[in-house]
Amino acid sequence: MNTNFKKQHISKQFDDELQNVLGEVLAMGGLAEEQLINALDSLLEGDISLATGVIDTEIKVNTYEVQIDQSCTRILARRQPAATDLRLIMAITKTITDLERIGDEAQKIAKRGLDLTEKHSGPKAYYISIKAMGTLVTHMLHDALDAFARMDSKSALAVANKEPESDDQYAAIMRELITYMMEDARNISGALDAVWVVRALERIGDHARNICEYIIYLVEGVDVRHVSLDKVEREIVNQDD
Amino acid sequence: MQQNKANMLEEDTGEEAVSENTDSTPTHAMNLGGIVSGSDNKSDLAEEKICIEVNNFNLFYGQDQALQDINMVIPEKKVTAFIGPSGCGKSTLLRCFNRMNDLIDTVSVNGEIKIDGQDIFDKSINVAELRRRVGMVFQKPNPFPKSIYENVAYGLRIQGVNDRRTLDAVVEKSLKGAALWDEVKDRLDDLAMGLSGGQQQRLVIARAIAIEPEIILLDEPASALDPISTLKIEELIYELKEKFTIVIVTHNMQQAARVSDYTAYMYLGKLIEFTDTSTLFTNPAEKMTEDYITGRYG
Repeated sequence: MNTNFKKQHISKQFDDELQNVLGEVLAMGGLAEEQLINALDSLLEGDISLATGVIDTEIKVNTYEVQIDQSCTRILARRQPAATDLRLIMAITKTITDLERIGDEAQKIAKRGLDLTEKHSGPKAYYISIKAMGTLVTHMLHDALDAFARMDSKSALAVANKEPESDDQYAAIMRELITYMMEDARNISGALDAVWVVRALERIGDHARNICEYIIYLVEGVDVRHVSLDKVEREIVNQDD
Repeated sequence: MQQNKANMLEEDTGEEAVSENTDSTPTHAMNLGGIVSGSDNKSDLAEEKICIEVNNFNLFYGQDQALQDINMVIPEKKVTAFIGPSGCGKSTLLRCFNRMNDLIDTVSVNGEIKIDGQDIFDKSINVAELRRRVGMVFQKPNPFPKSIYENVAYGLRIQGVNDRRTLDAVVEKSLKGAALWDEVKDRLDDLAMGLSGGQQQRLVIARAIAIEPEIILLDEPASALDPISTLKIEELIYELKEKFTIVIVTHNMQQAARVSDYTAYMYLGKLIEFTDTSTLFTNPAEKMTEDYITGRYG
């Protein structure tokens, strides 16, 4: 935890404003996470009403994004934040863009889930792999949001480090799906829907990693986008020296 | 010596570079460490030409120490801002650069301040000449009770220049340089007191640049002005740095962020952090700086 966030501003009102916007971001993150979990459940359980719920709730995620953006604009205009405060606002405006995309991807999973449930009744052994990848990505998102709430750059780095794992799973499931398609042409239509689901999961993993990069920027003041994780690790360790 | 220091600065900013320069005093090296650490962007200070060099400088008002072991280099033809809470010593330090503190009897100093490599406290220094080279503008505009023209021409007149054509040329050039010419060119013989506060401040700047100083010290030059006049002064500062080294003391942090290339944060007579302005305002290395610029001070 970056201790500076604990220390209060001379302006109590500014503290309140920052706390409010942080609260909104965490609420938005919670909602995006819930959307992802429900979307995966609806797919794996074939739960149509759950899937519809996810699709309908997506608009709430969008509303959060607009609302938080407004709050940030207001703070920039009125407070001219500097240093950690400035980095916090920058990190928030970036984070909510990724959260909104995560909401979109969750909605995609729910939609494809509906198609898979309604149109393709055959056995779907690849669900086991999708479930495993879904669990990994859900954990990544959960831990990223947790790191954000605690402003913990070390945890953020640990989450970012998992992203290649989700890429590997993505590649493995793709191979698996191609095998299904080759086995029996009747599998192709369903497998293509599954490809979209896996692709969405992979994207969510990327977004979670992005959020982690913003957290590292926020806490450490170093921009680690487009930098190899090894280098980031060295950077953070050096900072502590 | 100046060359040595520049080399040392370059070495120290290198990411992996280990300074092997044994000439560097420990205090100075520590100070440089402060500049480099915590900033991912390389500080440009290493590449700047040095104008003012402050080494182990202490200042006392009687028994009270107002400046403690200040070490810094102020780059040439850049804007350097001093920020910090009241009583931190920023104005005191600024006034040392043209020895304005000499006017206060109880002041004593030790350490050195060099301008262009020359120690300004050396006995051979002509203080009047130093103050010609290092101009100063104060918080409250202080035009002389004379005409606009004579205010600007004043410095040359006391140097014995009375040739009307030379004076005309200098007055016009200086007023243009201070972005005031268009507003006053038709009433140069009017009293300077009739100008607005913002215009008076620009007139004082014109008076300062008329004698072609190298350095201009600005002590809260815009704090008594309205926002539009403030912006004009800030715009002027930006133009002036083409020709002059500017050092500005300001209570307005946003102003320091807007106008300066380098910013120094001072607290209780100490230089806490000195680095390029973008780094200081986005990612300061020192917790004390952070608290001050984010409004957590106190």
